[in-house]
Amino acid sequence: MAEKQIKKQPNGPGPGGKMKFEKPNDAGKTLSRLLGYVVKNKVLLVLVAFLVFVSSGAGVAGTYLLTPIINEIGLVVKTGTFDVTNIIKYLVIIGAIYVCGAVAQYIYQRVMLNISQGTLNLLRKDLFDHLQSLPIKFFDSHTHGELMSRFTNDTDTIREAISQGLVQVISSLVTVVGIFLMMLYISPALTGLIIVMLVVMLNIIKFIGGKSAGFFRKQQQNIGALNGYIEEFIEGQRVVKVFCREEKSKENFGVCNENFRKAATNAHTCASIIMPIMGNLSYFNFAATAAFGAFIIIKFAGTGSTGISSFLLGGVEGALTIGSLAAFLQYTRQFSNPISQVSQQLNGILAALAGAERIFAIIDTEPEEDDGYVTLVNAIVDENGNIKESETRTGKWAWRHPHSADGTVTYTLLKGDVRFHDVTFSYDGKKTVLKNISLYAKPGQKIAFVGSTGAGKTTITNLINRFYDIDEGKITYDGINIKKIKKDDLRRSLAMVLQDTHLFTGTVEENIRYGKLDATHEEIVAAAKLSNAHSFIKRLPDGYNTMLKGDGSNLSQGQRQLLAIARAAVADPPVLILDEATSSIDTRTEKLIEKGMDKLMEDKTVFVIAHRLSTVRNSNAIMVLEDGQIIEKGDHDTLLEEKGKYYKLYTGQFELS
Amino acid sequence: MIRKLLCYAKGYRIYSFLAPATIVLEVLLEVAIPFLMSVIIDSGINGIPLTEKNGIIVELLIKLGFAEKQGLDLVVATGLLMIAMACVSLACGASAAYFAAKAGMGFGKNLRGAMFSKIQDYSFSNVDKFSTGSLITRITTDVNMIQNAYMMAIRMLVRSPLMFAMAIGMAMGINKKLSLVFLIVGPLLGFTLIFIGSKAHPRFERMFKKYDKFNTSIQENLISIRVVKAFVRSKHEKEKFQISNDELKAAAIFAEKLIILNSPVMMVAVYSCILAILWFGTKLIFVGEMQLGDLMSFITYVQQILMSLMMISMIFVMSVMAKASMKRVCEVLEETPTINDDNADANLKVESGDIEFKNVFFKYNETAEEPVLSDINLSIKSGETVGILGGTGSAKSSLVQLIPRLYDVTQGEVLVGGRNVKDYKLDALRDSVSMVLQSNVLFSGTIEENLRWGNENATIEEIRAAAKISCADDFVMSFPEQYQTELEQGGVNVSGGQKQRLCIARALLKNPKILILDDSTSAVDTATDAKIREGMKNSLPDTTKIIIAQRINSIQHADKIIVIDDGKIDDVGTHEELLARNEIYKDVYTSQQEGKMEQ
Repeated sequence: MAEKQIKKQPNGPGPGGKMKFEKPNDAGKTLSRLLGYVVKNKVLLVLVAFLVFVSSGAGVAGTYLLTPIINEIGLVVKTGTFDVTNIIKYLVIIGAIYVCGAVAQYIYQRVMLNISQGTLNLLRKDLFDHLQSLPIKFFDSHTHGELMSRFTNDTDTIREAISQGLVQVISSLVTVVGIFLMMLYISPALTGLIIVMLVVMLNIIKFIGGKSAGFFRKQQQNIGALNGYIEEFIEGQRVVKVFCREEKSKENFGVCNENFRKAATNAHTCASIIMPIMGNLSYFNFAATAAFGAFIIIKFAGTGSTGISSFLLGGVEGALTIGSLAAFLQYTRQFSNPISQVSQQLNGILAALAGAERIFAIIDTEPEEDDGYVTLVNAIVDENGNIKESETRTGKWAWRHPHSADGTVTYTLLKGDVRFHDVTFSYDGKKTVLKNISLYAKPGQKIAFVGSTGAGKTTITNLINRFYDIDEGKITYDGINIKKIKKDDLRRSLAMVLQDTHLFTGTVEENIRYGKLDATHEEIVAAAKLSNAHSFIKRLPDGYNTMLKGDGSNLSQGQRQLLAIARAAVADPPVLILDEATSSIDTRTEKLIEKGMDKLMEDKTVFVIAHRLSTVRNSNAIMVLEDGQIIEKGDHDTLLEEKGKYYKLYTGQFELS
Repeated sequence: MIRKLLCYAKGYRIYSFLAPATIVLEVLLEVAIPFLMSVIIDSGINGIPLTEKNGIIVELLIKLGFAEKQGLDLVVATGLLMIAMACVSLACGASAAYFAAKAGMGFGKNLRGAMFSKIQDYSFSNVDKFSTGSLITRITTDVNMIQNAYMMAIRMLVRSPLMFAMAIGMAMGINKKLSLVFLIVGPLLGFTLIFIGSKAHPRFERMFKKYDKFNTSIQENLISIRVVKAFVRSKHEKEKFQISNDELKAAAIFAEKLIILNSPVMMVAVYSCILAILWFGTKLIFVGEMQLGDLMSFITYVQQILMSLMMISMIFVMSVMAKASMKRVCEVLEETPTINDDNADANLKVESGDIEFKNVFFKYNETAEEPVLSDINLSIKSGETVGILGGTGSAKSSLVQLIPRLYDVTQGEVLVGGRNVKDYKLDALRDSVSMVLQSNVLFSGTIEENLRWGNENATIEEIRAAAKISCADDFVMSFPEQYQTELEQGGVNVSGGQKQRLCIARALLKNPKILILDDSTSAVDTATDAKIREGMKNSLPDTTKIIIAQRINSIQHADKIIVIDDGKIDDVGTHEELLARNEIYKDVYTSQQEGKMEQ
């Protein structure tokens, strides 16, 4: 049983604490970093930008070309002669532009799809890879739901922002700039009017956007609370049923649900109100422009003025015609569309940035420290007892210990000698869990820990494999300080069987093979026989190929422990840690596997934690732990002779609490 | 499926109607406005008299006396009218946004509430069928998807088709001949969209399945992170992850690449419309059937048609994606709880702690070949203490779970207090049968709140008394906040043994007729275990106590010990009787007593 007494500190500092998620948004930095993922393939992105440019440009140009056509048609009306060739010429040009636009749009969307999915794939990979390198402490202080939501909710918002937002922003920018230039070309004076309107629009967007950001934040908080509640109560549903708490839990759920509804209603109202506001403001724009334009045409028609004033009013062509006013009016309509679309995307983009920030916070969390330089290598021992490194598997292992001082390398044979020297440890730097622990385990010895829950038994084993680092003292392995040993190599030399057995989706055989990835089928069967798992595996519908699902939920707790023991057996390292490994196996089965266990433990250094004293009796040394201190140590017989706590415990006189 | 889900709009239905209603007004105005634009161009700037134009709006303007105005005056007057209409349209649009958000979120809330209630009513076997992970995704991600789709739908489903119809109507009002163009392009477009959608749907379903698999792989890794680290398998895990990561990417691209065809196809269709209209329009103007301004408005309407089509295709895409979610939600809502108390007698109370099993057979799954329990006959008197002993996987837990009807028997019957468990209301039955599960759960909240689960109205003295019996009071009082100590989700901040003792206290507070402890003291040391048993014996003399345990000394003083082997009752008797005649019991006893016998 895990004996950690860690309290989560929601606001506490420290690596991986929640603090990181609440720091003020540094949107710019996050954006550029996120873009770094998007821009992995520069050529493609340039292609997309170009195609977006083509397609938006086609839209602008298509509208602009309406002017000569309308003017041409106006000419038809005026002169009464129908000159087909000119009109056909324009129509063909417009048609070609439109087709180009559509084709460009399809291609960039297709490329963008690859880019956005590729970005997500990469982001998820980095996140997952980094998670694997984080220390156990990190997982102690973050719930699974919280971490899962980085992979699901956060990447989802990013996907939307990239696949829609990015293109939208580029195309809107191109469109706005293009239209703006066209407007200037037609009439700088009218454009001035548009700019005034634009400033008004931007202010409105800014105002609503600010409000909306607040609402969205609140919505995210509420959905967090709601999802947390759902997770907790669906996972604990069995207990809810046993206590008839269905109604009560529905009631509380109703409260969370209603809070979320309120927050979500506000957020969504804000988000969808922008579209009608922008759309209708463009009519204001239209009316004002039309009036002003009409005024210019009527007042200045045929005055033939030249120079700066005619440019201001009539643009490059010097005079505002009906055709160009019509085109200008079309542009005013088109002008507001991209702006409101971008503002529509703004929420999505902000949400994505917040999501990215949370993901990056994890990626930035300090990985498990590993300054170890002593590595584990295959070894050959020659006749003279000299140890040499080998490329191939020899069955013998040695620690390769380079000395930086003189540049020499020494080899120490891997034996499994573990010693604690005055080790003191606390999980949080405050409450000491282990105090001045000193012990030694010589190769092949079996050391047992006995004590009540919370005495620190599991903690000791978690220090050997460096799940946690000690505060004071030192631990040596074959005489080497474990801080000098590369963590992966240290852990490879140890096998653990934990009380909370965890299995993976996959076949029974794959689960056992987890202990040694290149194990043959024969090795796996042998390990299963050793742990007595073979007999029940044989009876499973597909034997060793039976699929295990959802953490092996189709097996009983005891069967799962047997598999976990087999998994450790196949790894076959010199040191074995059994943390309540047989607690869910009934004593009769335990008796049956005893022989196997004995064989498994042969020539190995073994650390055993067990409640059942019968399991620990034949240990070379038994440590009785109390409040993080060893209060008695010795073998079974000596401890009984001492007539101390162990004696009382064993004879049932003393009651451990 | 959709109709069934729509029932959950209840209470927010008014908003679901108000939103489209305001949208109708908004659309009407939006369609009218381009007409005013054409008036500005034709009559205001080009000087064609209003009376020469046609359409309802023009007639309205003439009635308003606009015909007398000319030139700039007309432009300004029409412009002001346009602004006024835009204001109304804006108000409509804004309120539609509010109503739609209110309706959509309300709908989502109801749906979520209904699912949660339904899941609360699920029996254990219902939950087994779905798995908790999948239930969580369905009530979170899937409902969000549906609620957003609903909000979109009530805004767009009215707006877009109406806009589409109105725009076509207005265009026809301007010139019927020219509108014939739509007849050719429209159906062609519709056919293409439906084709794309029907192809895309199965691809999206496949993508969602991959997504489920992807989530499972991460969850598994997080749960087993200690195993991963202990075996130095992070490289292996990364490779495994990358496979599902790549699969997800491939499935997503495969599904979405169809959808992105939508908008270019539509653009081509609409632009060819515009070209055709320009060509035929010019001809019509030449023969004098149409004005230049009319052609301009006509094109504006084509653009409105394009917009509405875009919207329709967006709804289309969303509905394709939401359809998969809807299916998953409906599965949850349609699942009938395998255990219900519809035929129970509402007034029946559990009178005593008598338990009887008559020829009970039990399978978890109808299709399973071998029953988990077979031919169980058993009689337990009120107030007795019964121990159950059996090997790993011998179905001890399955046996006791039948008593509070967590599962139903496949054959035979289980009687509590002399009546079949199916005769009681589930509340009545489970209030009298308290069970501490093997894998027990504490909830976030204070210790006191957790213990109150047993009895909502318990006084603090009663709570402490129960905690004293389960040996939990001492350590709780040693916490700085005592009973107000906040527990984290899953109770991770107390040790395993402490958790078990709190769970026992919670069960004791119910003051039940029957108390079942399913291996609930495995993490508690022997001495405390004995103390707890002693306490229960003294304070709950009339309660039937059933104890499943691995250790003989947990059950050796029981009135009756049941030995179970492979789903069958091997023997029933007292400690002494069994020791004398039962092989299994003797085996277990010797294996556990070796140490003591040496003494």
